Amino acid sequence: MSMELDVFVGNTTIMDMEVYQLWLDGLTVSDAVKVRMDEGALLECEANPEVLTSDTMDQFRTFQMCERLLHSPTKLGSQLLYQIPAQNQIILIERYYEFDSVFAREVLGKKLSKGTKKDLDDTSCKTGITLKSCRRQFDNFKRVFKVVEELKGPLVENIQRHFLLSDTLARDYAAIVFFANSRFETGKRKLQYLSFQDFAFCAGQLISYWTIGAMGAPTVPDSMMEDMDVDLEKEFLNELKDLKVLVNDKDMMDQHKILVCAALRGKIKVYKLMEVNFKNLSRALINLASKLTHTKDVRDLFIDLVEKFIEPCRYDRWTVAEITLFLTHYTNAAHCLGTFRHQMIWDRYMGVIKSCILQMYHE
Amino acid sequence: MPGKLKAKIVAGRHLPVMDRASDLTDAFVEVKFGNTTFKTDVFPKSLNPQWNSEWFKFEVDDEDLQDEPLQITVLDHDTYSANDAIGKVYIDIDPLLSCEAATVISGWLPIYDTIHGIRGEINVLVKVDLFNDLNRFRQSSCGVKFFCTTSIPRCYRVALVHGFVEELVVNEDPEYQWIDRIRTPRASNEARQRLISLMSGELQRKIGLKVLEMGGNAVVGYLQCFDLEGESGLVVRAIGTACTLDKLSPGTAPNTTTHTNTHTLPNTAPTSNACNSPSKDSKEPVFSEDPPHSLSGPPTPLRTLPSSSPPPFSPSKPCSRQSSSSDTDLSLTPRIGKTSPASSPSPPLSEFPIFTLTCFPPGFLVHVGGVVSTRSVKLLDRIHNPDEPETRDAWWEEIRQEIKSHAKALGCHAVVGYSESTSICEEVCILSASGTAAMLNPRFMREGCLDTGGSDHRFEDASPPSCGFVHIPYDEFNMPFPAQLTYCYHCRRQKVPDVLFTTIDLPAEAEVTGKGCLIQARLCRTKKKAQGEVNATSISNLLPFMEYELHTQLMNKLKLRSMNALFGLRIQISVGENMLLGLASATGVYLSALPAPGGIQIAGKTPSDLSYDQHISTMQKRIDDTIAKNKELYNIHPPECIEEVVGSPIPDRQRSSRLFRSTSESSDELSELDLSHGKKDAFVLEIDDTDAVEDIQSLLTDAPIPAGFYSCNTEVMPGIHNWTSGLQMFTSVRVYRLSNANLTNQGLNKIFTDLCENLLKSLYFKLRSMIPCCLCHLNFTVAVPEEELIQVRGHTYLSTPLLSFGIFRWVEGFVCFPGSGENEEQLQFSMEMCGESTISNNQPTAKPSVSSSERCSPLPEGRSRSLRSTRSLPCGAPVTVVKMTPLSFLPGTRIVKYLGIINMFFIRETTSLREMNRKCLHFSEGGVSGFLHSFIAEVFAMVRAHVAALGGNALVSYSMKECVFMENPNKNQAQCLINVSGDAVIFIRESDQEAIPPLLTSRQTSSTGADGTT
Repeated sequence: MSMELDVFVGNTTIMDMEVYQLWLDGLTVSDAVKVRMDEGALLECEANPEVLTSDTMDQFRTFQMCERLLHSPTKLGSQLLYQIPAQNQIILIERYYEFDSVFAREVLGKKLSKGTKKDLDDTSCKTGITLKSCRRQFDNFKRVFKVVEELKGPLVENIQRHFLLSDTLARDYAAIVFFANSRFETGKRKLQYLSFQDFAFCAGQLISYWTIGAMGAPTVPDSMMEDMDVDLEKEFLNELKDLKVLVNDKDMMDQHKILVCAALRGKIKVYKLMEVNFKNLSRALINLASKLTHTKDVRDLFIDLVEKFIEPCRYDRWTVAEITLFLTHYTNAAHCLGTFRHQMIWDRYMGVIKSCILQMYHE
Repeated sequence: MPGKLKAKIVAGRHLPVMDRASDLTDAFVEVKFGNTTFKTDVFPKSLNPQWNSEWFKFEVDDEDLQDEPLQITVLDHDTYSANDAIGKVYIDIDPLLSCEAATVISGWLPIYDTIHGIRGEINVLVKVDLFNDLNRFRQSSCGVKFFCTTSIPRCYRVALVHGFVEELVVNEDPEYQWIDRIRTPRASNEARQRLISLMSGELQRKIGLKVLEMGGNAVVGYLQCFDLEGESGLVVRAIGTACTLDKLSPGTAPNTTTHTNTHTLPNTAPTSNACNSPSKDSKEPVFSEDPPHSLSGPPTPLRTLPSSSPPPFSPSKPCSRQSSSSDTDLSLTPRIGKTSPASSPSPPLSEFPIFTLTCFPPGFLVHVGGVVSTRSVKLLDRIHNPDEPETRDAWWEEIRQEIKSHAKALGCHAVVGYSESTSICEEVCILSASGTAAMLNPRFMREGCLDTGGSDHRFEDASPPSCGFVHIPYDEFNMPFPAQLTYCYHCRRQKVPDVLFTTIDLPAEAEVTGKGCLIQARLCRTKKKAQGEVNATSISNLLPFMEYELHTQLMNKLKLRSMNALFGLRIQISVGENMLLGLASATGVYLSALPAPGGIQIAGKTPSDLSYDQHISTMQKRIDDTIAKNKELYNIHPPECIEEVVGSPIPDRQRSSRLFRSTSESSDELSELDLSHGKKDAFVLEIDDTDAVEDIQSLLTDAPIPAGFYSCNTEVMPGIHNWTSGLQMFTSVRVYRLSNANLTNQGLNKIFTDLCENLLKSLYFKLRSMIPCCLCHLNFTVAVPEEELIQVRGHTYLSTPLLSFGIFRWVEGFVCFPGSGENEEQLQFSMEMCGESTISNNQPTAKPSVSSSERCSPLPEGRSRSLRSTRSLPCGAPVTVVKMTPLSFLPGTRIVKYLGIINMFFIRETTSLREMNRKCLHFSEGGVSGFLHSFIAEVFAMVRAHVAALGGNALVSYSMKECVFMENPNKNQAQCLINVSGDAVIFIRESDQEAIPPLLTSRQTSSTGADGTT
C-alpha cells in the first residue's frame, strides 16, 4: 500500500514557519522530517512519522508553489491564488530574502553572473550551507541587483519599495548591490578576517557619504540623479586629489605632525611608534585618497586600507582606542593648518575612512 | 425579449508572456453570450493591459439569461498565425436576476485555462437590465432565489414551506463524443465545462418554474449533483425544498448568536407547556397519517416490513430502517408499487413530504422517528434521447417512494435531512437516498403561517419542549421494529427510544449532556470482478450485509462513548471493480432526554477454557476502562435516574438488545449467555469467531482525539457554545494504492480504518497550532476509481481516494489571525460572566464577542503600502479577504445579505506530468500531488474572486460536490474535475453593530455593560 497522492489545501493558506525555515535551508523532505523528529514534533498530537512526512511534504509543496510569487513580492499582495494574512506575507518575504552572512561574505564583490553561480557548489562545501539554499540566496542577490541597478532614487528605499523588506535587511541588500556594482576586492587572503557585517558597515558609510545622493540629496530633484547611490561621486573623487598637498607640502606635513603629536602626547602608549611612523601613515591615507579616480584603485580600497594602515598599526600593537584617538586628532589637526583649504573634502573623506578603519580593525 | 445584459472589460493584470521574443503579450478580449460575440481592441505589448472597453450589450431572453453563462475569452493577437487563447472566464449571471441578490458583478476574476491553470486576472463589469414579463406561460423563472444552505437563511423568515422539488437533465458527455478523437484536450475540456454550466443553468431554471407553480419564491437546501456515467452520458440532477421566504428588515433580523444560545436557554425558559404540546400539535391533523400517540389504535398496515428489507438484521436497528434494494432486475424495469405495501391514498399535503433541510425553525420538528435509507443498484444504458430523461427520473421516483414508505412505517409523515447520491463504477450505478423520518408541525405548511424568524418569538408561542422531538412518533404497541422504550427523562410523560439515529443537525432546543464527537464506521468488502447483471447482482447481495455491519459498528462505538444519539448520519457506499467501500460518519451526543446507554459486555462461546476466560475478562476490562475514560473526555455525567422500562411488548430476553454478527452461527446459544452481568440493557458482544475479535480490536483502536480538539460533522458542535469568529476551511485529498492483490476482508478493513485514522491524525497535527479548536462539518468522501494502471501493471491495484473537507472553528478564545491581544481578554471575560447561565458547570456559554481584529486587506498596511512605487504595481487595490465555510453561518458574525448561489465546475488537465515530476525532484512522490494541490488552490481562488466580484466577503454552505481525479502516467497525463457550490453572502461582525441579542440583555446586563468598557 502506498500513498499515491496526498494534498491538504486551506482557504487561508496554512504555513508552519518552522518548516518554512527548513525549506529555506534547502533540506530535502526526509532530512526535514528528521530534524523535526529530533525537535520533538512527534510528541504533539500523537503524531507518527507518516503524519509528519505528509505534513512536511505538503508544506514544502506549498512553499514551492509560492516561490514564484516571492520573486516579485509586490505581487504577493495583489495575487488571488493564495489567501495569506498580511502578517504572514511579511514574514514569508522577509525570511525568503534573509541570507547567511557567511554566504554573503563569499559572494561579496563578485560579479553576480552565471560563472559565479556555477562555482556555488564550492561555496556550498566551504560554508556548509546546502547548494539549494546557496542558489536561492544568490538568485535573490542577483534579482535585487537587476531590479535596483537601473532605478533612480535612494538605493535602500528602492529595495524596500520593490521587495517589501525591513529596513535592516534592505540596508544589507544595498551593501551587496553596492559591492557587486563597484566590484570591491574582498577575496584576498589578507581580507579574509573581515566579516560580511564589517563590509556591510563600510558599504553603508560609502553609500551615505561618498555617493551623489549622499551630500546634496535633499536639494537635487530625484529625476536628476542617475544611479545616485550605486556609484561613488566622480566629482568628489577628483577633488580628493587636492588632499595631496598634505603630504607633498613638507611644511604642512611637519605642521600636521606637530599638532597631532602635541594632542596625543601622554595619551597613547604607542606614542613613540606613532611619532616615527606618522609620515608613513599619513602618506598611506592621502595616497589612497588621491588614487581613487581610477576604478582599479577604488576596487582595492579595502585591501589598501588593510595593507597600508591597519597592518602596520597592528604590527605595532595599537589598541582600538589609540587608533580612534589618533584618527580623531589627525583629522581635526588638519583644520588648524592655516594653509589647508580643503576642509570640506577632508572631512568627507576622513569621516568615512575613520569609521571604516575602526570597523575593520580587529583580529 | 425581456433582458439586456451589459458587460465592460476594464483591464487585465499578471498576464502570461505570450511572445517569447519581446517577453510581452498583445492581448484582446472576446465577450460572448449565446451566439453574439464582441471584441475589444488589441492592447499591444503589455502584461497589464488597460482596455477600458465600451459597454457591450446583449439583448436576450430571460430564459437564456438563466441558462447561459457569460463567456469571456482573453487572447493574444498574432499577426501571422492564429490568435492564441490565454484563458477564459465564465460568469454565471443568475445572481443578477433576482432583485434581492447582487446588482453588479465587478472585480478581478482569474483567467482560467484547463491546461495551464490560472493565467492572470481580468477586471470586468457586468450588469443586467430586466424588463417585467407578465406572460403566464413563460419558460423562465427569474427571481426565484436559490440557497445551498440547508436551513432557513439567516436574514429571511419562512412564511411557508411548500416541499420537495427535483429535476434532472441529461446529455451526452462531450468527452465521449466521436469529435473528441480529433479535437484538442483543451477544446474537449472547454466543451464539457460549458455544457455542464448550461445544464446547471437549465436545471435551476426548471426547478425555479416548479417553485413558481407551487407559489413559492425560493429554494432552500438546493443540492445539485452530476453523475459522470461515461459512455452512457452525463446527468445533472438537483433536489431542494421550495419555500416562501420573507426578507427581514434589518432591525428585526434574528441574531446569529441566538442560535448558539438556545442550547442553554431552555433551562430558564418556561417549560410548563413543554411536555403536552406535542400531542396538542398533533391534534390538528393536516396529514392523514397522524399517528396515534397515547391511544393504542388498531395496528396500521404500515408496520409490515418491506420485503426487500432483510429480516434478520432488524433487531439490531432500534431506530433506523434501512432497506437495501436487493432487487436485481435492473434498470429497465421500474419497480414502483412493488416496494411499498402500504400505499395508502396520498393526502394532498403529503405530496411533497421530503425536505432537504437539516436545520429547522423552532417548533417545526415535532417528533423524529429515525433514519430511513434506500439503495438501489442499476445498470447504466446509453441515454438515447436527452430530452426525455425518463429512465433516470423513474429510478429516483422509485427510490423516493420507498423512502416515503419507510417513513410511514415509522409512523411519520415526512422525511427531513434528505439527500441523494450515486456511486458509479463502469456500467454499475448505486443510487442511494437517506433522510430522517419525522413529524412536522403542520402550521408551517399552511397559508398564513406565523412569524418564526424572530428570536423573541419562540417563548411566546407554544414553544417546543427541549425533549419533544425525541418522543416516538410511532405506536408503541405496534412498533415497526423491536426497541426499548422508556419514559422521557426530561418530561417523564412521553415514551422515548433508547437510541436515536438521524441525518439532521442537532435541533437548537435539544438538551445535551457533555460534548459530542465524531463517530465513524468503516468497512471494506471484496467482490469478484464481474460484468453486467452478474456484477450488479453480487453488489446488491452485498449491500444489506454492509449496511448491517456499518450499523453495528456505529452502535458499538456509540455505546463505547456512552452516548445515545447520532446526528448528521451520512452513510456512503462506493463501488469499485473488485471491492465495495462503506463509510458512515455521524456526530454522537448524549441527549439528556434519552436513557443512559448501558455498557458493552463481552461473552465467549466456550466458557470452559480458563485462559480464554481470562482473555475475555481482560478485554471486558479494557472496554469498561475505555467507556469510563470517554465519559470523562466528553464530560458525560448524567444525573442518576431511576430506570423504568415501560410497557414494552417485547419479551424480556430481547430487551437487552443483543448484538451478534450476521456471519456468526451462534444464535442457538442465546440462552447460555449470562445477561445478569452489569446493567440490564448492556450490549453483548460475542467473540466466537475471529471476526468478532477483530471487531473489538477495531473498536478499541480508534485513536482518541488529541487534547484541545473537538470534531463533529454537524453544523454546531454539541456541548460547546462559545465560538469565536476565527475560522479556516480546508480540503484534503488522498489516494492510496493497495499493492497486495489478494487481501481478505479483514485485511482490507484494517487498511481502510488505518487510512481514515491517519487522515484524521494528519488533520489534527496540521491544525495543532490552533487548539483549542473544533473541526466542524467534517465531511469524508470515499471512492474507488477505476484506473488504467490496474491493467498496465499486470496485477491488481486498488486505490482509495479519500476526500475530506471540513472546517474547524476556534473555540475558547483564540482567533486565527494575530493582533488579537484584546480579543482574548474579552472572551475570557464574557465566558466568566456567562458561567452562571449554564446548565452545568462544564458547559460554559458565551456569546461570541469577537472584535474586528481581522482586516479585510491582506496587504501589508504600513511600510509596503506607503512605499508602493508607481512602476511595480499597476493595480494596487487590496484583495478582499473572502471566507469560505461549509456551515450555514459564520460564528460571531451576522449575515446581512445573500448575493446568490455559486455553483462552479472546473476541469484541469496536464499533459506534462513528468515535467511536473522533474520540477519537484526532491519530492519522493512527484507531480501528481502538486498538480492537484495547485488545482484546488486555483478553484478556491476562483470561487473567492467570484464572491468578491458579487460584492460578498464570504461563501457559506460551501461544499465540494465532486472531485474526480484520473491519472495516466503512461501518457504523461492527469485530469481532474471539481464541482463546488455555496451561497455568496455579506457578513458583518457582531461587534460592528448592536451586537447584544435581546435575550441576553435581560440576563446579562452587567456583563454586557462591562463588555463595552473592555
